[in-house]
Amino acid sequence: MAPEELNRFPVVKALGEVAPGALIGGKYDRGELTLEIAADRIVSVCRYLKNEQQFPRLSTVTGVDWYPQEPRFEVVYHLHSLERNERMRLKCRVPGDHPEIDSVTAVWRGANWYEREVFDLFGIRFRNHPELTRIMLPQDWEGHPLRKDYPITGPRV
Amino acid sequence: MSDGDIPGVTVTAGPPAESPEVETRSRRMTLNMGPQHPSTHGVLRLELELEGETILSARPDIGYLHTGIEKEFEVKNYQQGVTLTDRIDYLAPLSNNLCYCLAVEKLLAIEIPPMAQWTRVMLTELTRLNSHLVWLGTHAIDIGAMSVFLYCFREREDILRIFEMYSGQRMMTSYFRIGGLALEPPRGWQKRIKDFIDVFPTRVDEYEELLTNNRIWIGRTKGVGFMSVEDMLDLGVTGPMLRAAGLKWDIRKTEPYSSYEKFDFEIPTRTENDVYARYLVRIEEMRQSARIVKQALEGMPEGRWTADAPNVVLPDREKMKTQMEALIYHFKIVTEGFRVPAGEVYQVIESPRGEVGYYVVSDGTAKPYRVHVRGPSFGNLQAVPCMVERTLIADVIASIGSMDFVLGDTDR
Repeated sequence: MAPEELNRFPVVKALGEVAPGALIGGKYDRGELTLEIAADRIVSVCRYLKNEQQFPRLSTVTGVDWYPQEPRFEVVYHLHSLERNERMRLKCRVPGDHPEIDSVTAVWRGANWYEREVFDLFGIRFRNHPELTRIMLPQDWEGHPLRKDYPITGPRV
Repeated sequence: MSDGDIPGVTVTAGPPAESPEVETRSRRMTLNMGPQHPSTHGVLRLELELEGETILSARPDIGYLHTGIEKEFEVKNYQQGVTLTDRIDYLAPLSNNLCYCLAVEKLLAIEIPPMAQWTRVMLTELTRLNSHLVWLGTHAIDIGAMSVFLYCFREREDILRIFEMYSGQRMMTSYFRIGGLALEPPRGWQKRIKDFIDVFPTRVDEYEELLTNNRIWIGRTKGVGFMSVEDMLDLGVTGPMLRAAGLKWDIRKTEPYSSYEKFDFEIPTRTENDVYARYLVRIEEMRQSARIVKQALEGMPEGRWTADAPNVVLPDREKMKTQMEALIYHFKIVTEGFRVPAGEVYQVIESPRGEVGYYVVSDGTAKPYRVHVRGPSFGNLQAVPCMVERTLIADVIASIGSMDFVLGDTDR
């Protein structure tokens, strides 16, 4: 459940009513609203926010590696509503041993490259993604550089 | 072989292919445009599938310039990170400086004095001019108007000299620092800016004289590169592209930062939504940026160029030599940097190309835990297939040129 004080935001209240259980946490810090969403509900929540709550733009998708904590990864979505001039951050936690989450490309086509980037650099798989291949690094690259256990320097040559 | 034929070449005479179906199939081909094609301005590879001259599908292949900047942020302290932001987008280094600094300042909750804020606005607008000038010059070359490039680079040189005067660097300025500016503005800056900004509007007239009513320019750009606003929003396109499609959205107005709300300027929009409209929008943006620079010049507030935050901003040299406390702060900032309270922020600004976003996560130490850069070129480039499919190959150059992407910003 999201903290009580977040219920003053209409979008949080509405989300709690239409998708009970999807909202598992959140905070309002430095003028920015962050909602934590259950990973298996992300697509339906995003679809609702886009269609019913006027969030036509997905600004970016990225990841954060909280190694060695578990669940290790955080997938972070930044949404933007032009009409209401509001921004919102959604977060999902995914486990380190089998990082997988549903793709939101069916909601915003623009998620395609952002999810490919997260897949490439963090190794998080996006289910139902139309083309889940590496985007920055060569296809035969080993490892995922933005993981915290990936070294910053390579061996001396 | 008859007289006049080239020796060694056999020409088989015969009727043209009988079945048109066979002929069409033989015309379908895959063409690699780039990664070294001059019109891609960087290393972008486009995989085009063609039927005759029509593009059936386009697939951009990026990553050639990936340098792991986001990873590198994690081993630099916060202030060192500023130098990385320059290198993301070589045409708008100061916009990236600004966005990163604003993000970290939001985490630190420090107030920047008005003089530094106004200088930031002024220099960021000069950056916009710089970027638009390079865009205009190279875009015109791509389409075949060589001379515009020379005119644009004449003014760009003036801007780079101004940057050099301010920071000692022409391109990788790193002039904005967390807590204000790197140095006090140089003596005589007012005259340099005034000399430039007084003539600049007439220079824009010159570019317009060369292009706006030029029949070839109009023929190559009007009605080319259409994409609906819904597609653009869905695909993450931002900036002048959206404004040329009729959407009046500019972050400088809707989410003002660094005291943009104190400046008077218009957001130019067009509704034609083609390459020509994007050209007109950017030309008008240059005029508006010149207005902002002028206002900043005339109304520049007095005061310090750094915030009153001794644990973040390096002390004056003079104080450092005479005051114990200043010396300690100096030592601490230089050796270990400053700690930033734990938390996360997403700061966006309007760069010349669109929405730049910095997502900075702090774990309370002196180095960022994670920095993600949302480059506008990345979002814009994703829309290339939507824009060029089912159009002619000759229009690809004009279409992708109108997006104004920088591959460093895409690949990071």
